[in-house]
Amino acid sequence: MGRYILKRLVMMIPVILGITVISFAVMKMAPGDPTSILTDLNPNMNEEAVNRIRAHYGLDQPWYVQYLKWLRNMLMLDFGTSFAPDGRPVLDKILERIPITILINLVSMFFILIVAIPIGVLSAVKQGSFFDQTTTIIVFLGFAIPTFWLALLLMILFGVELEWLPISGIRSLDYADLSIPARLLDLAKHLVLPVFVSAFGGLAGMSRYMRSNMLEVVRQDYITTARAKGLDERTVIFRHALRNALLPVITLLGLSVPGLIGGSVIFETIFAIPGMGQLFYQSVMMRDYPTIMGILVIGAFLTLFGNLLADVSYSFADPRIRVSG
Amino acid sequence: MVAITGEFTRRFVKNKIAVAGLVVVIFLFVVALAAPYLAPYPPDEIHTSSILAPPSRAHLMGTDILGRDVLSRVIYGAGVSLSVGFVAVGISIAIGMLLGALSGYYRGPVDSIIMRFVDVMLCFPSFFLILAVIALIGPSIWNIMIVIGVTSWMGVTRLVRAEFLSIRERDFVQAAVSQGASDARIIFLHILPNSMAPVLVAATLGVAAAVLIESSLSFLGIGVQPPDPSWGNILTEGKDNIEIAWWLSVFPGLAILITVLGYNLLGEGIRDSLDPRLRR
Repeated sequence: MGRYILKRLVMMIPVILGITVISFAVMKMAPGDPTSILTDLNPNMNEEAVNRIRAHYGLDQPWYVQYLKWLRNMLMLDFGTSFAPDGRPVLDKILERIPITILINLVSMFFILIVAIPIGVLSAVKQGSFFDQTTTIIVFLGFAIPTFWLALLLMILFGVELEWLPISGIRSLDYADLSIPARLLDLAKHLVLPVFVSAFGGLAGMSRYMRSNMLEVVRQDYITTARAKGLDERTVIFRHALRNALLPVITLLGLSVPGLIGGSVIFETIFAIPGMGQLFYQSVMMRDYPTIMGILVIGAFLTLFGNLLADVSYSFADPRIRVSG
Repeated sequence: MVAITGEFTRRFVKNKIAVAGLVVVIFLFVVALAAPYLAPYPPDEIHTSSILAPPSRAHLMGTDILGRDVLSRVIYGAGVSLSVGFVAVGISIAIGMLLGALSGYYRGPVDSIIMRFVDVMLCFPSFFLILAVIALIGPSIWNIMIVIGVTSWMGVTRLVRAEFLSIRERDFVQAAVSQGASDARIIFLHILPNSMAPVLVAATLGVAAAVLIESSLSFLGIGVQPPDPSWGNILTEGKDNIEIAWWLSVFPGLAILITVLGYNLLGEGIRDSLDPRLRR
């Protein structure tokens, strides 16, 4: 087991280097250079001052020197300071925003699992039934609905028309005066719509995936054997088929990490949730390059970590991987 | 090839889902091309007497904050969305086919390098990467086409690589090799035409994905810039006026939904008709 994890970690090294190279290349694509935002509109700038600033940021050196310096800073988790008026270290800004983003993503992943798996299993077991056909249509709609539009519609319905749920932020104005349970309820009310919206696309994908997995597994010989032994259908489906159909779900969960993190930009912006996605959007609008780069790199590492976690859990669940992989 | 094409057409026509998708796609093409004739008003015409007017006989989808007819803007938006979708997919297919072909044909170190590159690109949440690049090079319709294209070729690369790995072992390719055909000739004349089937499916589904991304970007204000109409940027106005003008939120979103659904159905339909074994 340890060897397997170690091997996976070693295999990650070139990918990590690749991530940093691409991020650096993206940063170099900016027209002019990152200091122009500090210098262009400043009437007190003369050429000497501009050069001093460029030298301060190391921009007068060849690109590979800049890359290695930047890489060293990355490895020490030094993402520089934000160009935003607060001028704070990028790492601090990101760290205070990450928990709410991860919380929403974990809750929606959990939601996806508990809803999509039963739906997928049921439509596979009753293939061609009314339930199966209805869910198939809903799944196709689910793939096609833009999440931000779904968010708007839900805000109009539950926020504006019915006034059941708040439509922005994560806390009510009177949050400070509330008791602890009331605070949790308040937070939950604010998170219902964002979690649903962020889970929606995954819901469609996961139930479809679960359905085809089940259909695949049910055709296997050992299921025929189980039936031939005279086991009742319930045991065959839940003990024999479901367990095997669930395995690939682990991989899909790992693969869905970048989509969920990327999607956080959209729903956090719409619902005004102060998470990493909203910070990213604000940084893009302000051209706050250090923060953009920091979030880009951290987003990629979160994805890599998600994939690693999925692979390791898979090897726990399926011993064949440990031996041959 | 003719036999396969006939077989394909026969299966395709029988597939209701595929035909439904094709009808939607053709309908959208007509709308996009005939926009000047179909739209009741020019997309930028301002009707000062009816600002934020709800749907009525004169304005079937209501008017926006400047008094422009929403239906006309939605109709013109079709052309914008589809051109972004097609150009972006064209770019991603071109990159994907080239890298996939090199990877699958030469194997060895070339393959390893390209596949690691794919792994790395897949680590970036694609929306983050797109936003970061747009922030650096600035939002414009051309920039988003390019950025969506260069961040979405990884799937095609893997597909084409897999096709090349299997086709290059087939007898007709080996025959070409033994006749001394050049690498370029084998890649482009013998293998590539025979590996187009999955690419066609990926391209169709890719248009749907690109339309979704474009509308999200435009919605966030970093895609197609007003006054150019795009379904996404009309929805931005919908969000800003969410408490008073539901029609600004509902209709453009419906247009996106129908477009994406149409291309997805068509893609699935093509896949099923190409190879019924893949059917689930």
